[in-house]
This record gives sequence, C-alpha cells and structure tokens, in this order.
Amino acid sequence: MDKSARRKPKKQKNYLKKRFFIFATLALILVVGSYFSERLCPYDPYEQNLSIAKASPSLAHPFGTDRYGRDMLSRVIVGSKTSIYSTLLLVVGITVIGTIVGIICGWNGKKLDTILMRISDIFLAFPGLVFALAVAAVMGGGVQNAVIALGAISWPKYARIARSQTLAQKESLYMRAAILSGCSTGKLILKHILPNITGPILVTAMLDIGTMMMELAGLSFLGLGAKPPVAEWGSMMSDTRNLLTTHPWVTFAPGIAIFLSVMVFNLLGDTVRDLLDPRNER
Amino acid sequence: MSGIICYENVDICYNGSPVIKKVSFSAEKGEILGIAGESGSGKSTLIKAAIGLLGKNGSVTGGKIWYEEKNLLDLNEKELRKICGSEIGMIFQNAGSSFCPIRTVGDQLLEEMKEHRKIKKAEFEDEAAEMLAKFGFQDPKRILKSYPFELSGGMQQRVGVAAAMLLKPKILLADEPTSALDVSIQKQVVEQMKMIREQYGTTILIVTHNIGVIRAMADSMLVLKDGKMEEYGKTQEVLSHPQSDYTKRLLAAIPVLRR
Amino acid sequence: MRKYIIQRFLQLIPILIGITFLSFAMMRVAGSDAVTEMYENRGTAVSQEIIDAKKAELGLDQPFLVQYVSWLNGFLHGDMGTSYVSGKKVFDEFVSKLPATLLLTVMSILATVVISIPLGVLAAVCQDKWVDLLLRFFSFIGNAMPNFFVAMLLMQLLSIKLNLLPVIASGVNIRSALMPMLTLAISMSAKYMRQVRAAVLEELNKDYVQGARARGIRESVILWKNVIKSAMLTIITLLALSIGSLLGGTAIIESIFMWDGVGKLAVDAITTRDYPVIQAYVVWMALIYVIVNLITDLLYHCLDPRIRLGVNQNG
Repeated sequence: MDKSARRKPKKQKNYLKKRFFIFATLALILVVGSYFSERLCPYDPYEQNLSIAKASPSLAHPFGTDRYGRDMLSRVIVGSKTSIYSTLLLVVGITVIGTIVGIICGWNGKKLDTILMRISDIFLAFPGLVFALAVAAVMGGGVQNAVIALGAISWPKYARIARSQTLAQKESLYMRAAILSGCSTGKLILKHILPNITGPILVTAMLDIGTMMMELAGLSFLGLGAKPPVAEWGSMMSDTRNLLTTHPWVTFAPGIAIFLSVMVFNLLGDTVRDLLDPRNER
Repeated sequence: MSGIICYENVDICYNGSPVIKKVSFSAEKGEILGIAGESGSGKSTLIKAAIGLLGKNGSVTGGKIWYEEKNLLDLNEKELRKICGSEIGMIFQNAGSSFCPIRTVGDQLLEEMKEHRKIKKAEFEDEAAEMLAKFGFQDPKRILKSYPFELSGGMQQRVGVAAAMLLKPKILLADEPTSALDVSIQKQVVEQMKMIREQYGTTILIVTHNIGVIRAMADSMLVLKDGKMEEYGKTQEVLSHPQSDYTKRLLAAIPVLRR
Repeated sequence: MRKYIIQRFLQLIPILIGITFLSFAMMRVAGSDAVTEMYENRGTAVSQEIIDAKKAELGLDQPFLVQYVSWLNGFLHGDMGTSYVSGKKVFDEFVSKLPATLLLTVMSILATVVISIPLGVLAAVCQDKWVDLLLRFFSFIGNAMPNFFVAMLLMQLLSIKLNLLPVIASGVNIRSALMPMLTLAISMSAKYMRQVRAAVLEELNKDYVQGARARGIRESVILWKNVIKSAMLTIITLLALSIGSLLGGTAIIESIFMWDGVGKLAVDAITTRDYPVIQAYVVWMALIYVIVNLITDLLYHCLDPRIRLGVNQNG
C-alpha cells in the first residue's frame, strides 16, 4: 500500500520494527520526562518575578517569560505532567471500560447487549466535544473533571470495536470447537477472545492518544480543564493569548509542546497500526 | 520466432525478486495456447505483462513481447491502452469483479467502445446486444441495464467474455477463466472460446491449472514451473509424451475424468 | 427503500428521547441549586422562602420525570426556559445566533471539501511520488495541531504580520468569517485529506480498475467515472462524521475569534453557569448532528445501487 509495501516483506518488517523502536523511545522519553518534570525545570515554574515579566527568549529563558515573569520553559516542562499524564490515564481508562462493556455485549447478546448498545448509540449521537463541554460545565472545571467528561463520550467507540470483534470470534469455528470441548466462559474470554481483539483495540487507543491530548487541551483552553495557576498547555495558551500581538513566543511555546507530543504519539500509533497490519506480515 | 504474438526471453520481477525467467513462446493467428502450472508458478503474470497490468510492484526486466512487429514493452501507456480492448482483450478469473460495481454493464461496455471509436448510443446497443446474444443471453438489452452484482457467477463470466470480444480483438488473454465456475458452466465457457476462434480467428492465450481445459481446447501448451519453462509443444505431444519429470508428475496428478 | 426510510425514522425516536433525557438529567443534577445560583448570579441575597417559591414556580419541586416531560413539552413548543443571566428567552436567543454558526459551519465544510478532496485524490494518484509525500507531510503536521493553535498561528501570520484579515470578528459577515473558517477548514482538511486518499487508494486497488485497464479505458476516465464515483460513497460518510468534530470545534474557534454564534454563547454560558443555555446548546447540536447523519445515511442508500436495489452482497 504505502511506499513501504514496495519493499520486501522481511525488509519491511524490520523497517517497521526500527521505526517502532524510535518512536516508542521518544514517547517513553516524554512520559518519563513528564513524570520527573519538576526536577527537570531550570526555574520554579510558579515563582513570579515581575521585574523580568514578558522577557523575550534569551539564553537564561529560552522561551522567554510570561506576564508574571515566570519562566516559560519551566512552565512548559511542568505542563507536560498534566497534559501527558491525564491523557494517558484517560485513554487507558476508556480502553479498559469500553473493552469490558464490548466483550460483555458481544458475549452475552440478547437484552443486555441491546440495552448497552442503545446507550452507546445515544452517546455517539452527540458531537464529540459538545457533550464533553456540557459534562465539564456541569461538573465544574478541573483536569479530573475534564478527563471524566472526555471519557464519557469516548468509551462507546471502544465498546463497538470490542463487541464486533467478540461477535466475530464467537462465531468462528475454533471458538465453537473450544465451547464444545467444555472450556469455561472465563477461560474462553481470557484465553481466546481477549488476545484476538487486542490488536484493533490497541491501534485505536494508540491513535486516540493524540486526539485526546488535543481535546483535553481544548477543554483547558476554554477554562474547563486545568485552572490557573496549574501549568497545563491548553490553559497556558488561553491564559497568554492577549500577549499574542506583542509577545507571541509566550503563547507559541506551549502550542509547540502540544504539537510535538501529539506528533510523537501519532507517529507511534501509525507505526503500531502498520506493524499489526496482516498485510505486512510474513 | 514468428506469430502474431511472440514472447522472447521475457524476465519479470516482483518487488525485485524474479518470478518469470527467460520465457519464450509464440502463437499464430487462430492458435489456442494453453499455459499450465501450479499456483504461484507465474502463469497469470506472464500474460498480464503483455498489456501492462503488472501493477506498481512488478516490472518486465528483460526480453521482448512482440505483437505485429511492435514490442509491447516499448509502447508508452497511452499507446498500450489503445491496443487493450481493441486488439488484445482479456478475460479474468472473476469477471464480475472486473466491472465497477456501481455502474451498469451497459454503461461500462459503452465506455469501452467509446474509448476506441466514435459510436452513437443506439448503434452501440445493437452491437453490444448482438455480441451478448452470441454468448447465449436471451435478453441482452436487460443485461445491459443490469448492475454486475445482479447477475449470477456464470452470467458474469459470459458478460466478461462478451466484453473482451466486443471490439473483436485479434488476441484474447484468458486468466483462469473457468476456475471459479461450476463444472457445467466451465464446459460452456470452453465451448464459447472455441466458437470465438472459429468465428473471428482470434488467437487465445489461456492460463489455467486445469489440464482438462487445455486438453479440450488448446493447440499447443506450455508448462511453467517457478517461472521457468518446463515444456512447450503441441498439446497432444506434450500430453502423450511429456519430456520433463515435472510435467509427468503434473499429468499424473490429474484425476482422470470420463467425458 | 421507503421501508428503510420509515425504519430509519423509527430508530431515531429512542435516540432523540435519549439525547433530550440525558441533557435534561445532566443539567438538572448540576442545576439542583439553580435557583440559588440564579439569585447569586444576579447578586441579590434572598431568603429561603423566596427560593422555595421560585422553585415551585419553575416546577423544580416536582418529581424528576414530571419535570422532564414538561420540559420536553416546552422544548417541542419552542420554549427552553429563560437564561439565568440575561433573563431572556433561551430559545429566541439561541435561534437568533444559530445562523451565524451555521454560516461558519457550512463555509468551513465547503472549504474543507474544496481543499481536501482534490488534494486527497491527487495524493492517491501520485502515490509515493513527491507530491504525495509532501501532501502527507502537511496533513500530518495539521493533524498534530489543535485548532486553537492553528487559530493563533493564523492570527499571528495573516492579521498581525500581513495585516490581511481582522483578528477579531466585527459582526457576522463573510470577511470576518474568513479567519475562523480557515482555521476550522485547515484542521479538518488535514484529517479528511488522509481519509480521502485512503478511500481512493482502496478503490484503485480493486479488481475492476484492472478490468477497465484491460478493456483499454484511459486512466483519467477510470479515475473520474469509476474510482471517484465509488470512493465518493465512503467520502460522504466520512465527511458527515467529521461534522461532529466541527460542531464541537466551533465552540472554541467562535470564542477565540469573537464570532457571535451559538458556540460562543455556550462557552460564555459555561463560565456563568447559565444552565438553560448550555442545555439548549447540547440538545441543538446533537439534533443537528443526528439530522446530518440521517441525511447522509439516506443519501448513501440512494447513491449505492447495491443497497438501493436491495441485493445481498454476500453472493
């Protein structure tokens, strides 16, 4: 398909593995870095120093300072904790919940399936961010609430995938053979269904990290996520946007941070997708 | 070598690895040449190369394919496309999927005709209906109005043959035309191809793994193994006195059917 | 076909009930102290008796389901309550701002279609050539940028550096709409172009393309008459799906560019906790989205002969 398909399958696989290794390393650096972010900042990200307010980028302050004289580089680094960590938590959460609901629906069928699927239909009928906006509005701001709001609208997608995959596996011959040979339900799900549906779910989740990160930042931008003075990339951009005309770097620094992190996770997601694509097997 | 179509030491590579090695053969006007071999031996690739259907990953890396004093491999895409359909037709294993699913058969046949000459719609309909009637369709006008998926597998295959013969090409390439069909319909298609040769003097290159089909219609045959020619000669000679061990084994593997 | 349309409409009923119920329940849970907050918002301290009286007047002392039914009844008659902040009728205020949002949405969709369909097709046709690589690169960059970041970049570039367009909208007009439209279109196109490319590539790899080539049909005819027509079915569906993210995206973009539409209204309402307005926003956006999806679905059924003629594809 892509340019990569022209290579020989074996070469292609190696190339993908190499690509995976690079992007996984970058993503890992981001995650680990955000965990230790407080220790990595050159300055205290919350310390105000009005005498150097709105300073242009310099050696001492590579991204300049904001209107309270806080070092932007330090704030961007600390912001990674809120942005990256919350996003990962969110994606893991919806993946687990969605998958469980999906497997239950697909496995049980009947009434429970109908009810849960109708409920997911209703959630899917809302345009993404609109519903999250409302949930966040009801619950009030805060990163935690923004994560819950986005989670509330995102799980049905995973439930759908897990359900259809479960149904497909359930109908397969090897599954019938396993049922006939008297495997217990728990064992069937854990040993046969789950390993077979992780592929598509994992790919969806990986590709969702970037989207979720941007939506979370969007909510914060609207004041529905992290509240100042907590450093978060979206709210930092919103916070400093009236400086755009005169001191654009203050606004762009967190923007570029979002951009780069989303890019790393998207690249990783694409690679995982290609890697799990059966067309690239052999 | 002479003949209306002539392969000369043809090499073909897919993704850089050779799949056809130094294959040469030729076919006269009105000759039916059967190309046999197991799946993966490169037999479909061999005929697709003539009309540039190898796709992005495949390419002819050596040799020549002569058609009436022209080397088909030297033609640019436009020139080659002109020859396709009008002078060299092709039938696919699954003719149904060789038509666009969301347009009617008539639309696509008209399109084919218009590519090669100016024609009015009414004129086209008569011509196309006549051709379809030759292939056993009772109500050809209805077929023209149908979508491919509305036809049965056997009907699709016959429409495929009719589409390939629409412009009365001099050469017909047939890629496993019978493999996806029921035995009774297989026979029908074989009969129709013989009829084509009779009526139009068309040269037919037929690729199949079914030796029975070759026995039933081919004048000469070529056995391909791993992209190399194992055996090439008159069908009767090859079938009764196979020279190479591989051909012997291949023939021995066919269940004998009484006709 | 008619049976399908009726069936499709019947399926809508539970969804619509679900949407309204969920929106109502959410706001009621949040707004249980709505009256207290309403007075707080107006900056007047009042006694508990007045609050209770007001609650009774608004029907907030009734059981939950009764409240829902009476709210739904009102909604169907164009009554969505009054704004806590402005004291105006929510429905009227909402309807008066809806055209601005619809204008922006429609313009953005048109721009997206104009940008991404030709580019997506071009990328697919030139697969792996430099044009494709370049377009994919841009689409990749665009995909990794949140729309508010795009908005700021555009502001910086087009308004501040080049002084071409106004930073902030001045009233609802085409000129003011250009910046927000461009922002939304860039963000959407980046994603959509990729999908168009994938859809066209998938069609290009189908057997019928090879069949048409063998019949001597020119590449351009194959592309325009067969491939794009077939890919269009997928492309339309994907476009409808992306309208969902567009409707959400307008909220942020409208408030950045001070575009006076329902998105900005909603964001303002969120800051002031003006629940009836937020409620109206959620219900309306969901309704629009449901209707768009319905239309797309019906369109799909009209365009695809396989479905229109009700033939099973498994054969």
